[in-house]
Amino acid sequence: MCFTTNFWPFLVQGLADGFLYALIALGYTLVYGVLQLINFAHSEVFMSGGFASYFVLEALIGTSQPHGMASVGYVAIGIGAGAFGGALVAFLLERVAYRPLRRRNAPRLAFLISAIGGSYFIYNLAGKEFGRNALEIPAPFLNGPAFTLFGATIQTDYVVVAICAIAMLIIVDRVVAMTRLGKGIRAVAQDAETASLMGVNINRVISQTFVIGGLLGGAAGFLFGLNFGVAYTMGFTPALKAFTAAVLGGIGNIRGAVLGGLLLGVIENLSVTCIGANWRDVVAFGILVAVLLVRPTGILGERLGRSA
Amino acid sequence: MTPVLELVDLEVRYGSVPALRGISLVVERGEIVTLLGANGAGKTTTLRTISGLHRAHSGRIVFNGRSIEALAAHDVVGIGVGHVPEGRRIFPRMSVLENLEMGAYRRRGELKDDLERIFQLFPVLGERRRQDGGTLSGGEQQMLAIGRAMMSHPDVLLLDEPSMGLAPLVVKAIFSIIDQIRADGTTILLVEQNATQALQLADRGYVLENGEIVMSGPSEEILGDQRIRAAYLGEGAAS
Ligand SMILES: Nc1ncnc2c1ncn2[C@@H]1O[C@H](COP(=O)(O)OP(=O)(O)OP(=O)(O)O)[C@@H](O)[C@H]1O
Ligand SMILES: [Mg+2]
Repeated sequence: MCFTTNFWPFLVQGLADGFLYALIALGYTLVYGVLQLINFAHSEVFMSGGFASYFVLEALIGTSQPHGMASVGYVAIGIGAGAFGGALVAFLLERVAYRPLRRRNAPRLAFLISAIGGSYFIYNLAGKEFGRNALEIPAPFLNGPAFTLFGATIQTDYVVVAICAIAMLIIVDRVVAMTRLGKGIRAVAQDAETASLMGVNINRVISQTFVIGGLLGGAAGFLFGLNFGVAYTMGFTPALKAFTAAVLGGIGNIRGAVLGGLLLGVIENLSVTCIGANWRDVVAFGILVAVLLVRPTGILGERLGRSA
Repeated sequence: MTPVLELVDLEVRYGSVPALRGISLVVERGEIVTLLGANGAGKTTTLRTISGLHRAHSGRIVFNGRSIEALAAHDVVGIGVGHVPEGRRIFPRMSVLENLEMGAYRRRGELKDDLERIFQLFPVLGERRRQDGGTLSGGEQQMLAIGRAMMSHPDVLLLDEPSMGLAPLVVKAIFSIIDQIRADGTTILLVEQNATQALQLADRGYVLENGEIVMSGPSEEILGDQRIRAAYLGEGAAS
């Protein structure tokens, strides 16, 4: 009966969450594709994007209350600032925490430890510099009911999240499928050594892959921050769920990450109405364990997106 | 005339284990030269070192008069070395067309004429251009690997055992295309275990044993050598 009374509002909420998971999950999946490495510091890439957008919008909006076209502009600026912050941190992380290990042919475990170290470093640095309390991003638009769908009221911020996320997901899908950069990424993911025989600079492609993941993750940090504010701890849970989403869809698989994100967001929110709000994270991570046990390669399997 | 490719006293090690113990060889423009040897002799290592996938311990690799032993793999292809790797190494989840485009990764501009030329050499690739590389047969994959390397307009094409695992008829077809590619102006260094056929195609050959060149000369000479016949051409040991 949870499916009759509250289905639509929770479905909408689930999709909104799912789009955010998808944006973050792409960062895991793209990097996994080229390096067979889970970038466990991606949570802090997300957080950095949140803070970058906070500082820029705080300076630009302050206490004013933008509306109309100004709102659209500020959302775009927030996305841009978040994406830039995320990309910068992702780029530096690759340079400092991963590339030196690659050059030395370090064992897999070293990368994992380096990732955790990098993650804790950024996390604690942000906590020390930006304070321990959540900061509220000044609202770029007036939130409120935008329209109703099957009796569910859709808030403006859901619409904003959905539009921004869909646009970014489509762009990334096309970039990977059609551009020279995308072909380089797919070639390195499928056979790095042979890619280098074709003239692909592997290190450059890896760097670019981190940057793309950082752009998406950072922008997601902004969209998340719109709702919940930004804090040095903000990355932990959403990133872990996005990782779950990536595994659910098939790690290394671009469309799988999107599918996994949306599925996880929806299931998790329906569990809130069907079982109870405090079951939400239990269900989410229960799914992670179940997927790993039953189908470790995820729904769509482990492969970096094809062109089509 | 300077040779297109010259290896001078090239030494390569894996860790402290030597794989090439100072080999020298020359490939002149327009030649087909074959490098023969048993499993583990060091043939693949030689090609991979030329392409920059391994670093030489000592010695020189001279390409068109220029030392290239310090060049990164992704730059070696840019100066005119095409490499068809052992085992073909097709990108399995890219289409035939995308695989060919990858071969031209370092080049800008229109690829239409190049693609047409490849499809002329290998009509089957044209028919299957939209198919995933991983779904091609072994012979088709070998053709794709050669076509892909040709897309970079190489001066020298390095071929690592193109006959591996293929039916005799397919091998014959591929060897005749290699001959065609040479006739069109690309110099070829062909690594093979299939010594008889390779020597019938090549102008000259080198025989590698345990990382050392033990014999070299015109193909007929190697074909006629008793010791080589016994070791590599599948004949009983000469008594
Ligand atoms: N990555 C590696 N690490 C350590 N040793 C290696 C490596 N690659 C090759 N070797 C060794 O170097 C020697 C030469 O190998 P290589 O692959 O060049 O032989 P090959 O002549 O191509 O043989 P095949 O005909 O079987 O392909 C062999 O003894 C091999 O075991
Ligand atoms: Mg070999």
